[in-house]
Amino acid sequence: MNQNNPRIPVVRMENITKHFPGVLANDSVNLELYPGQVLALLGENGAGKSTLMNMLVGLYRPDSGSIFVRGQLVDIQSPQDSMALGIGMIHQEFMLVGNMTVAENIVLGMRDLPFVPRIPAIKARIKELSARYGLQVDPDAVIQDLSVGEQQRVEILKLVYRGADILILDEPTAVLTPGESRDLNKIVKIMLAEGKSAIFITHKMDEVIEFSHKVQVLRRGKTVNICDTGEVTPQALANMMVGRDILFSLDRCAYHPGEVKLKVDDVTINNPLGQRPILDHVSFEIHQGEILGIAGVAGNGQQQLTEAITGLLHCTSGRIQIDGVDMTNTTPLHVIRAGVSHIPADRGAMGVVGDMSVGHNLAMKKYRTDEISKGIVIKNNSLRAFANRLISAFTIKTPGQDTSVKFLSGGNIQKTILAREIDSCKSVLIAVYPSRGLDVGATEAVRQNIIAQRDQGHAVLLVSEELEELQMIADRIAVMFEGRIMGIRDVKETDTEELGMMMAGAMRRKA
Amino acid sequence: MDFITKLLAATIAMGTSLTYATLGEIYTEKSGVLNLGMEGTMLMGALTAFATGFLTGNLWFALAVAMLTGGLLSLIHAFLTITMRANQVVCGLAITMFGTGLANFLGKRLGPASNNFNLVGMNLPDTFGNIAIPGLHSIPIIGAFFDVSVLTYALYLVIPFAWFFMYKTKYGLAIRAVGEAPRTAAAMGIQVSQVRYLYTIIGGMFAGLGGACLSLSFTPSWNDGMTGGKGWIVIALVIFSGWNPGKAVLGTLVFGGITSLQFSLQAAGIKMVIPTQFLAFAPYLITLVTLTIMNIANQTRKGAFASPSALGSSFAIDDK
Amino acid sequence: MRLVLEKRDNKSQSMAIIVPVASFIISLVLGAIVLAVSNANPLAAYKAMVTGAFGNMRRLQYTLVEAMPLLMCGLGVGIAFRLKFWNIGAEGQYVWGAIGITWVMQFWTFIPTPMLLPIGLVVGMLLGAIWAGIPGFLKAQWSVDETLTTLMLNYVAIGLAEYLYISKWKAPLGNMGTPEFLPQTWLPQIWGKVHWGVYIALSLVVLLWFLLYKTRWGFELNMIGKNPRAARCQGVSIKRNIILAMLLSGAICGLSGSMNTAAIAHRLTKGVNANYGFTGIIIAWMANLNPFASILVAIVMAALTTGADALQITLKLPEAMGEVLQGLVLIPLLAGSIFTEYRLRAIHKEAI
Repeated sequence: MNQNNPRIPVVRMENITKHFPGVLANDSVNLELYPGQVLALLGENGAGKSTLMNMLVGLYRPDSGSIFVRGQLVDIQSPQDSMALGIGMIHQEFMLVGNMTVAENIVLGMRDLPFVPRIPAIKARIKELSARYGLQVDPDAVIQDLSVGEQQRVEILKLVYRGADILILDEPTAVLTPGESRDLNKIVKIMLAEGKSAIFITHKMDEVIEFSHKVQVLRRGKTVNICDTGEVTPQALANMMVGRDILFSLDRCAYHPGEVKLKVDDVTINNPLGQRPILDHVSFEIHQGEILGIAGVAGNGQQQLTEAITGLLHCTSGRIQIDGVDMTNTTPLHVIRAGVSHIPADRGAMGVVGDMSVGHNLAMKKYRTDEISKGIVIKNNSLRAFANRLISAFTIKTPGQDTSVKFLSGGNIQKTILAREIDSCKSVLIAVYPSRGLDVGATEAVRQNIIAQRDQGHAVLLVSEELEELQMIADRIAVMFEGRIMGIRDVKETDTEELGMMMAGAMRRKA
Repeated sequence: MDFITKLLAATIAMGTSLTYATLGEIYTEKSGVLNLGMEGTMLMGALTAFATGFLTGNLWFALAVAMLTGGLLSLIHAFLTITMRANQVVCGLAITMFGTGLANFLGKRLGPASNNFNLVGMNLPDTFGNIAIPGLHSIPIIGAFFDVSVLTYALYLVIPFAWFFMYKTKYGLAIRAVGEAPRTAAAMGIQVSQVRYLYTIIGGMFAGLGGACLSLSFTPSWNDGMTGGKGWIVIALVIFSGWNPGKAVLGTLVFGGITSLQFSLQAAGIKMVIPTQFLAFAPYLITLVTLTIMNIANQTRKGAFASPSALGSSFAIDDK
Repeated sequence: MRLVLEKRDNKSQSMAIIVPVASFIISLVLGAIVLAVSNANPLAAYKAMVTGAFGNMRRLQYTLVEAMPLLMCGLGVGIAFRLKFWNIGAEGQYVWGAIGITWVMQFWTFIPTPMLLPIGLVVGMLLGAIWAGIPGFLKAQWSVDETLTTLMLNYVAIGLAEYLYISKWKAPLGNMGTPEFLPQTWLPQIWGKVHWGVYIALSLVVLLWFLLYKTRWGFELNMIGKNPRAARCQGVSIKRNIILAMLLSGAICGLSGSMNTAAIAHRLTKGVNANYGFTGIIIAWMANLNPFASILVAIVMAALTTGADALQITLKLPEAMGEVLQGLVLIPLLAGSIFTEYRLRAIHKEAI
C-alpha cells in the first residue's frame, strides 16, 4: 500500500453530483489526491465539502459520477467498504465510546478480532504505532478522561491501526490549541513521508497554509479553483471562498443610530471540555435603528453568543445590558419581558414545538399577555384571532392554524417563527441564520422584515453565514472567529477580502 | 454461629433465584434495553417450571421450559421496543401484567382434576435439593456455600463467566458499546438491533430460570404470585451492582440477607427492634439513595456507577 | 426485498382510530387462544365476562365502583406523562392516600366527626403529593431518573402501610387491620354501591380538562412535554413545572387512595395496594392522556376485572383472566402505536 506511483492519483473523484431535497450539494466536482500529499478542501458551510467526503467514506452515494481509488473504479456502499479500501474519516464529533479504554475503542467492531481479544498484543501494537507517528496516548486510559487533543489522536490511531492510508480530517484544528495543532502537523508529516495522504476539510486559512500542499476551494457545490498552496495568497483564497463584492444593498432608511440598546461587555464563557473558551472577551454595542451583523463560519461561537444574551447559556464573566439594565445570567423569561425577540439557529429544535399547531406556536410569546389570555385562562377566540392575523400578515402557507407545525415547509416554519418574534419585539431582535435553507422568496421576506424592524427603531443582531446577506442588510459587521471578535467595521468601509480574511482567522486589527 | 449459618443458607438459596435474574437483566440493560417485565417473566418461569416438573417429573426439562418461556416473553418485549420502537416503560409493565395474570391463570388450570385443576398445594415428585460437599460443608459459616442445590453450584461458574464475557470478550465489548454509544457502535459496523434483541431474550431466559429456582428448589411449590415482588428487587439489584455482573453477587447477598433476616429472626424466636416490613422495603430505599448519590456524583464526573447512556431510548439508523 | 419503516409526512388520522380498534380485536383473539388452550370455551367465557360486568344493575354498579380509583390514578399519572415524566409511583402515592385518611380517622379525634371525611381526603392528597414530589425534586435538581425512583418508592410505601396495619395501628381484636372507620364517616353511597366518589372523579375529569386544555399552565406543560428546549426558549421554567406537576399528580393518586378507602375498605388493611396505580399507567397511556377518554378506558379496564370475577363464579375459571386480557389488549396497541407516525414500505434494491 505504500508503493503508490506518485503519478497516479490515489483518489480520483470524477464529475460527482449529489442532490438533496431542495439543494444541489455537489455540482460536477472533480478531485484528485496524490500520495504523500495533503489536499485542503476550503469553503464555507454549505459549500459541499462534507457531502463530497461523506461519499468517499460510504455515508452517501453520488447521484452521478465515478470514484477511483488507486486507479480502480470502486463502489463504496458503507463505511466498512471504504475502510477496506484504506480510506478513513475523522469527523468533527468523535466516534468514541466515553467510558471504554483507548484500546477497546480502537479495536471495537473489527471483524477478525478473536473471541477473547489479546489485549497485551493490541496494546503493544498501539504503542508501536504511537511511537512511529508521535501519537502519544496511553492504551489503558479511559476516553472521557482524555483531553480533546488526545481523543483526536485516538481517532487517528483507530484509522491507522486498521490500515488506513488515506485519511480525511474534518475541521481537525477546530478543537485544538495552537500547541496541539503543531503536534498534529508533525504527526501528519510523518505519515506523508510513508506515502500516506490526507484531505483536510476546513474553512481556516492557517490550516490551509500550515498543512496543505494543494488547496481546492468549493463554493455552492462547485469547484472554484484548485491551486498549489505555495503559489496563492491568503487574500485571493478568501475571495474565492466567499465570492465577489456585492454591488447593491436593499432599500432602507438612512442610518441614524440612536442610543445603545444592547451592550455586551467583555463576555467570556469557559469551556469545561477543552482549552479554548467558547466566548473570548466579546464586546460590542448595538444602537436603536441599527443592524449589527455577526459574520463568520458557523461554529465559532456565534450561536453561544446569542444564547448568552437570551439567558439560555451561563456566562463565566462579563456583563450584558439591555436598555441599560443588567441582564447578565438572567432567566429567559426576564429577557423576553425586556422586549427581546429571538429567532434561533435551529428552528426545529428550539424555535417551534413540532407537535403543536401553527396557531399555538404563534401564540407562544404572547400567551401570557391579555392579548390572548384573561388571567390564567387562555381565551380560545382571542388565540385564534391572533393566529389568523399573523398568518395572513406574514403569508404563512398552511392548511389551517390547527395543522401541526412540523408538517409545514422549512420556509413556512421560519415565517411562523418570524411572525411570532417580530410581532412581539419591543427593543432588540436577535436573528440567527434566519435565511438558512430557505428559497429565494422566503429569504427575501425574512430580510425585508429584519430591515423593517431596524427602520422602526429596534436594535437588530443578525448572525449570518452569508457575507452577501450581511453586506446587503447590515449597518456594521463584526467577524467572529474561535470565540473572539476579530474586528467590527462599518459595512461601507470594508470589503469582502478583508472580511474573508478575518473569517478565516488570518487577520486581526483593532475595531 | 448456627443462626448466622442458617441465615446464610437461606440467603444463598433465595439469592440464587435473584442472581440469575439479575445477571440476565444486567445484560439486557447494558445493551440499552430496560425490561420492566422481570416480575411477570420470573413468575411465568416459576409456573412453567413447576407445571412441567409436576406433569413430567423431569426437573431438567422443567428448567428448559422455564427458560424457553422467559425467552419468549422477552422476545415480545424486544419486538415491541426495538422493532416497533414503543415506549420501553409501558411495554415492560404490560408484559408484567400479562405474565403475572397468565401465570396465576394457568396455575389454576394445569393442575390435576382431583384438585380442581389447581396446582396450588401440589407437590413435586422430585426437587432440586441440597447436595452437601463432604468435608467442606461442615466448615463454620462458609460451609453454607457448600451445602446448596445444583442450581447454586452452577451459579458459582456462571457468575465469573458472566463477568468475563462482559469485560474480556469481543461480544461483551460490543454490548457495552451498543448500550453506551449506539451511533458509534453502528458506525463501527456493529448491528445494534441484533445485539439488543439477543441480550433481551437471553435476559428473559435467565429471568425464567430465576423463577424456576424458586418453584423447584427454594420453596418447591406453586402459589399465586409467589415471586412476591422479587422481580422489582432484581431491577433494583441491577442498579445497585452498577451494571457489573461481578458486583451482582454483593448486592444479592446484601438484599437477600436483609429479606431473609426477617424470616430467620422469626424462626429463631428473636424479637427485632426494626419491624420486618422495614427490612422488606430497605432494599428499595437503599437503591433510591444510591441512585441519588450516583447522580450527584455524576454532575462532576461520570463515574463507574453510571448507567448505560443509551438505556431506555430507542435507536434507529435514520434518526437524526 | 426488505420491509422498512418510513416516517410519514403527516400524522395519520385513520391510523389513530384503526390501531386501537384492531388491537382490541386482536387481543380478544389472543385471549380466546389462551382460554381454548386451558380447556375453556372462549365464547362462553367472553359472554360470561360481559354479563358479569354489565349484566344487571348490581354488576354495573360494581364495575363503576371499580372504575373510579382506576380513573383517578389514570388522571394523576396522565399529568406527569404530559411532561414525559414517567410516574410509575402511582401505586405508592395511592397507598399514602389510604394511610392519610386512616391517620385522620383513627387519631385526629380533636376535630368534629363530620369533618373527618373531608379532612381525611385532603390529608391523603397532601401525603400523595409529597410522595410524588420527592422523585420530582430529585429529577429537577439532580437529573435522577424518575422511572426508577418512583418505582422504588412504591415498595417503601407498601411496606410502611403493612407495618401500620399489622402492628402499629392495628385494631386490638381480629386480624383485619386498623379499626374500622365510624360509619358516619364513610363516603356516602348514591345509587346502590356507587358512592360519592363518582362526583369526585368526574369533577376531577372536568377540572383537569380545564387545567390542561384551557389554562396557561396547561399550555406550558404541553410545550415542555413536546419540546423542552423550545419551551425554555420561551421562558418556561422546566424545573419548577416538573415539581409542580408531580405534586399535582401525586395528590390525585393520593386522593384516589383515600377516597377508595373511605368508600370501600373503611380501614387500612391487607390488599390496600390493589394495582390501581399500575393499571392507571396503562389507562393514561391508552387514553392518550385525554381526561375524557380516560373515563371510557377506565370503565373498560374495570369491566375486565369485574367480568373476570364473574368468570370465576359462573364458569369456575380463574379470575386472573382479567389481568391476562388487560395485558393482552396493551401489547398489540403498543406494537401498533408506531403506525401513526411511520408507514411500512417494501424496498426492492439498495437505495439511499
